[in-house]
Amino acid sequence: MSTAVMDKAEAEAKGPASHLITVTLRIRRYNSEVSDEPWWDDFQVDVDPKDRVLDVLHTIKWEHDGTLTFRRSCAHGICGSDAMRINGRNRLACKTLIKDIGPEKPISVEPIKGLAVLKDLVVDMEPFFQAYRDVMPFLVTTGNEPTRERLQSAEDRERFDDTTKCILCAACTSSCPVFWNDGQYFGPAAIVNAHRFIFDSRDEAGEQRLEILNDKDGVWRCRTVFNCTDACPRGIQVTKAIQEVKRALITRRF
Amino acid sequence: MATETTKPADEAAGAREFDVDNPAPVIEPPRTRTAKTPRATRTNFELYGWLFMRLSGIVLVVLVLGHLLIQLVLDGGVSKIGFAFVAGRWASPFWQTWDLLMLWLAMLHGANGLRTVINDYAERANTRFWLKTLLYAATVFTVLLGTLVIFTFDPNIR
Ligand code: HEM
Ligand code: SF4
Ligand code: FES
Repeated sequence: MSTAVMDKAEAEAKGPASHLITVTLRIRRYNSEVSDEPWWDDFQVDVDPKDRVLDVLHTIKWEHDGTLTFRRSCAHGICGSDAMRINGRNRLACKTLIKDIGPEKPISVEPIKGLAVLKDLVVDMEPFFQAYRDVMPFLVTTGNEPTRERLQSAEDRERFDDTTKCILCAACTSSCPVFWNDGQYFGPAAIVNAHRFIFDSRDEAGEQRLEILNDKDGVWRCRTVFNCTDACPRGIQVTKAIQEVKRALITRRF
Repeated sequence: MATETTKPADEAAGAREFDVDNPAPVIEPPRTRTAKTPRATRTNFELYGWLFMRLSGIVLVVLVLGHLLIQLVLDGGVSKIGFAFVAGRWASPFWQTWDLLMLWLAMLHGANGLRTVINDYAERANTRFWLKTLLYAATVFTVLLGTLVIFTFDPNIR
């Protein structure tokens, strides 16, 4: 049986490769050791339409231009390393199939916006993680530690289920026009991760997190643009989470 | 989208401004967050501002649409508006209250909206400060002048 599979794979590799198509990847490059200006590079590659953008980036890096620089780790949509702006929309390169994004025309690939570009598609994520740290993304409790798990009903767990899915890829925050204009805004990802603890029945620092997000650069800067919800590769209802934090703040006051 | 695909360095291959030992400076986005960023103010100002935008918006729908209907559509449209028409309406406390409320709500709503826009787009602290000063001055002036006129309007002025 295993030989049959091998034969098939081999035959495909040697065959006339009729399933391959030629796509143009138009990549936004930047290298501070060459110039202070970014530029566009076009790469023409034969790919399977069912390949992902990440595969094409690999082909380019391994076979065309070894200097192309980008982040990736898991290659399966879990580590959050490879958020980039593909055809003008923030996506994970490892979850975007070539056939889904109009391969007839050149496919543009840019670094995510609103963060300093270090090289090619690699940006400085530090301001993003700073905002994340500022909402205290960890369980805070008082009293003695229980000797076993902190139990929670299924309904209580359901309350914040959506926001537990975040992989901190920054696709949402770097798609938000308020964040583009003013990097001081906490941004959707930080609010999503605050939401994850604010609505956790086991946590006791919800008040503190709400107070942090009540401030000048907190949830009130959100203008309900919905770019974050569209961008999230985990399908998190990001805008909804932000509005739930707003509602918690208002009902706390009145 | 720019379709320029040549490497800038290729053009001036001879004299390169930047190299390994002398890289170009990193271009930071405007107002980047740092460890010192959240200077907590601990007020509910932004909360009240946000609520006010929505509540005044609801009231403004009635006030502004009613206003436009009366002024521009009903009873001969815009050509009927004159000194006598205004004097006639402001003889009634109902329309005085309507216009006063519309003036205050629209001005505060618009001013707070522009404050948001300035916060978003003015990058330098100085620019922000002066734009907001100008905005607040214009708002106070317009609200006070309008209120004064509504209360002291004299239909017999010659
Ligand atoms: C007709 C009824 C109106 C409704 C329902 C309404 C509603 C709103 C709401 C809900 C916002 C907040 C948007 C956000 O935070 O995302 C807003 C913003 C704003 N409004 Fe109004 N408004 C009305 C009339 C007016 C009028 C008469 C003015 C001008 C005097 C005005 C000027 C503004 C400005 C400048 C903003 C800020 C825009 C922005 O945030 O980008 N609005 N309006
Ligand atoms: S909320 Fe979604 S888009 Fe934002 S950082 Fe988390 S996984 Fe990425
Ligand atoms: S490489 Fe890990 S999310 Fe894409």
